Amino acid sequence: MLLRHTPKEVIAREGLTINPAKTCQPIGAMYAALGIHGCLPHSHGSQGCCSYHRSTLTRHYKEPVMAATSSFTEGASVFGGQANLLAAIETIFSVYEPDIIAVHSTCLSETIGDDLQQITKKAKDDGKIPEGKYVIYASTPSFVGSHVTGYANMVTGIAEQFAQSTGEKKEQINIIAGWMEPSDMREIKKLSKELGVKIVLFPDTSDVLDAPQTGKHVFYPKGGTTVEELKSIGDSSSSLALGCISAEPAAIALDKKCKVPFETVDMPIGLSATDRFIMSLSKAAGVEVPDEITAERGRLIDVMTDMEQYFYGKKVALFGDPDQIIPLTEFLLDLNMKPIHIVSGTPGQRFEKRMKEILRRIPEANFKNGLNADMFLLHQWMKNEPVDLLIGNTYGKYIARDENVPFLRFGFPILDRIGHSYFPNIGYSGSLRLLEKILNAFMDRQDREALEEKFELVM
Amino acid sequence: MQNSRLCREGSPELELLIEKGVGIMKEEIGILEGRQGQVFEKKSGKAEQLDISCEKTSLSGSVSQRACVFCGSRVVLYPVADALHLVHGPIGCAAYTWDIRGAVSSGPELHRLSFSTDLGEMDVIYGGEKKLYLSLIELIDKYKPKAAFIYSTCIIGLIGDDIDAVCKKVSKETGIPVLPVHSEGFKGTKKDGYKAACTSLMKLVGTGSIEGISPYSINILGEFNLAGEAWIIREYYEKMGIEVVSTMTGDGRVDAVRRAHGATLNVVQCSGSMTTLAKDMEEKYGIPYMRVSYFGIEDMSKSLYDVAKHFSDRPDIMDAAKEIVSKEVAKLYPELQKFKKVLAGKKAAIYVGGAFKTFSLIKALRSIGMSVVLAGSQTGNKDDYERLREMCDEGTIIVDDSNPVELSKFVLEKEADLLIGGVKERPIAYKLGIGFCDHNHERKIPLAGFIGMYNFAKEVYQSVMSPVWQFAPRKGGKI
Repeated sequence: MLLRHTPKEVIAREGLTINPAKTCQPIGAMYAALGIHGCLPHSHGSQGCCSYHRSTLTRHYKEPVMAATSSFTEGASVFGGQANLLAAIETIFSVYEPDIIAVHSTCLSETIGDDLQQITKKAKDDGKIPEGKYVIYASTPSFVGSHVTGYANMVTGIAEQFAQSTGEKKEQINIIAGWMEPSDMREIKKLSKELGVKIVLFPDTSDVLDAPQTGKHVFYPKGGTTVEELKSIGDSSSSLALGCISAEPAAIALDKKCKVPFETVDMPIGLSATDRFIMSLSKAAGVEVPDEITAERGRLIDVMTDMEQYFYGKKVALFGDPDQIIPLTEFLLDLNMKPIHIVSGTPGQRFEKRMKEILRRIPEANFKNGLNADMFLLHQWMKNEPVDLLIGNTYGKYIARDENVPFLRFGFPILDRIGHSYFPNIGYSGSLRLLEKILNAFMDRQDREALEEKFELVM
Repeated sequence: MQNSRLCREGSPELELLIEKGVGIMKEEIGILEGRQGQVFEKKSGKAEQLDISCEKTSLSGSVSQRACVFCGSRVVLYPVADALHLVHGPIGCAAYTWDIRGAVSSGPELHRLSFSTDLGEMDVIYGGEKKLYLSLIELIDKYKPKAAFIYSTCIIGLIGDDIDAVCKKVSKETGIPVLPVHSEGFKGTKKDGYKAACTSLMKLVGTGSIEGISPYSINILGEFNLAGEAWIIREYYEKMGIEVVSTMTGDGRVDAVRRAHGATLNVVQCSGSMTTLAKDMEEKYGIPYMRVSYFGIEDMSKSLYDVAKHFSDRPDIMDAAKEIVSKEVAKLYPELQKFKKVLAGKKAAIYVGGAFKTFSLIKALRSIGMSVVLAGSQTGNKDDYERLREMCDEGTIIVDDSNPVELSKFVLEKEADLLIGGVKERPIAYKLGIGFCDHNHERKIPLAGFIGMYNFAKEVYQSVMSPVWQFAPRKGGKI
């Protein structure tokens, strides 16, 4: 057993993380930037950071992931990275010809005190940014928050640095995507279209990280929110932020800059959260919910009722990012399951507050986020109170194997399966897919482990 | 000359470069200016001098496929399975290197867990030494490792934590070797990381008893046991009657490293990563070393013969080596002919980490009838590229520290049917509609040894001849 060393007894640890349930900010910023059309993410730090992020995103999406790096050397770390970044901006525009460069910092450039705002301003003043091209930035120190924070910071940067108020309101609603898959973003666009609401979705990685095979390697695939769309978000009638950790900060920034009122809802995972999303969007746009969507909802509820006997009382351990974990936990409760162990490496009090509310019916539930909320702790909890299902990213497979627990891959990163970039987990149909996967995990186990005389043909 | 412009056909820069004998591909190639020197095309008809520039840091702003110092140290030391590997820094460096290399262990698997001091803002301001100390004590107490490697990341180099002092203190208190690895990411390239790893290993070498070690003994260096490759190689040498004292670092054990100085020869593969250690051991313990490669029939056989030659006073060793080779080749040859029949005339592009591997791959591909139209590495040196030039056919492009634009461009232009590379290159090959073979960390089947050559040929065949290509637009959408 790979994790044979994990003891059952939980003792307080002082500043040591074992098997993290998070990673660092810059990868989130890189992912967010890939959701802008014609944008090349740029990592202002050592070469390794950029390489690791690209590799991880490539392993998750099985797609080429393009990003540039300042390639810090010892000199840059002593004298500051301004020269590197200025040179990089010039190189990138002349060789890779993006419309936008989205620069994010790293622990290295943050610690030496590089000021991205000042350096990008200098690049502009020095004429290094060609007409009609843009350099945006986000500060993403790796020693603060997590990958989710980095995503939120870059999305905020996008909103702040592109939005303009022309004084003329547009009949459109901004939907600020929390960290979700290209498939989920596609689903948001589909639902909005069905509702008849004109939206600007940002960022939008659909058609970027799920691009078709064409015989060509394209640096800038056809997807991504366009500059024109991003400029217009300041004139939108309102914003809907999907996720209080990864999306809301951008909505706040946009409200501050361009007075666009916003509402934050959970990422539409599961029945209740999707209901709230559909209600909020239809209300904001002043439209009726069409029969199509109502029917989709009906089908989800139909399966929930048909299958309710299989979900009752099943104990679940889950880990991942707050904006997904919050509505997912709620969905599990709606299915009459018992989420009892929950960790998220991403710090912040919002998570704790929301989990307290959602889990009030399960007083014995353990949940923790931030420091030491890692998979080692989750595993220890599971040893003390075993579960019927584990939900989380690929790294959960060690625990699942050691404890012989059915395992549903969900979240980021998923390095050993495909599907997440193509099939949504959000909306009514995405929730139905989640439900199906959970149910199949139970049924597969039953068929695999049932005694011969108890092995049944029918469910 | 204005900095960083596209080098287009007919431009003065291009003319100049052509004059200098550097073959730059035409049209709108995305070769970064300042990079032309790192690309070379072998031309026909004239005596030429290879003037490739390499071993330099990547240009700021390039989409390089390279990594950092930390990455180099981490991949080299990672397979030491009964050691504790603690990454001192913010969480990312530990998260991205958590069990990413299929370096298989036959026993302990402590190396597959991820340990980090997970530094936060306050630690960056006030220093992380205390956290490091407490983490180490906790971990050593919990896991009882044989030794501990402490990796220093970028930020440690800036905030000035004295990790040497902490390691010393913990070592004293716990009684196990606690070794700092100075792998701050920005302090060079991956190669410097290899050096830092070797420096740490060198501190372990020589601390164990060498009693009872045979005079006919070797250390296998630079073999990381991906998909169990070190086991295959070890078996060959053992069959020859040679004692393998340690493998570094594949399926590595601390105690084996400690007594490595008892071996009489170091056999070094992946010369980029482990030559430093071999040289240091030669200097300190007088152990000679030789460079070998286990890829392809030719190089695999040579690596057995070369070792046998070293022990020339024992002709039985050479006899055994000959027997292994003839037996294996007899098995393998007819199988390879089957692949060769189908693959003959197909073209391959190679872009891997070290140049030494490229040499073997060129030979291995030739043995199944394939030619190489692009050969490149992330970290080759001048001698490597000179040797590459000698080996390559006319028209072959040679690149150092390439990027996706260049790779796709050359692959298309040279009409390659296969790309050999690592994780970041795989999806590019597929998007272009050509076959792919991972000859890097993510290979799942052994590619080393004689059996490895069979696996390699099979994998190449499988991918190049896949029926999927009849549906997929190929080679720039032309086919």
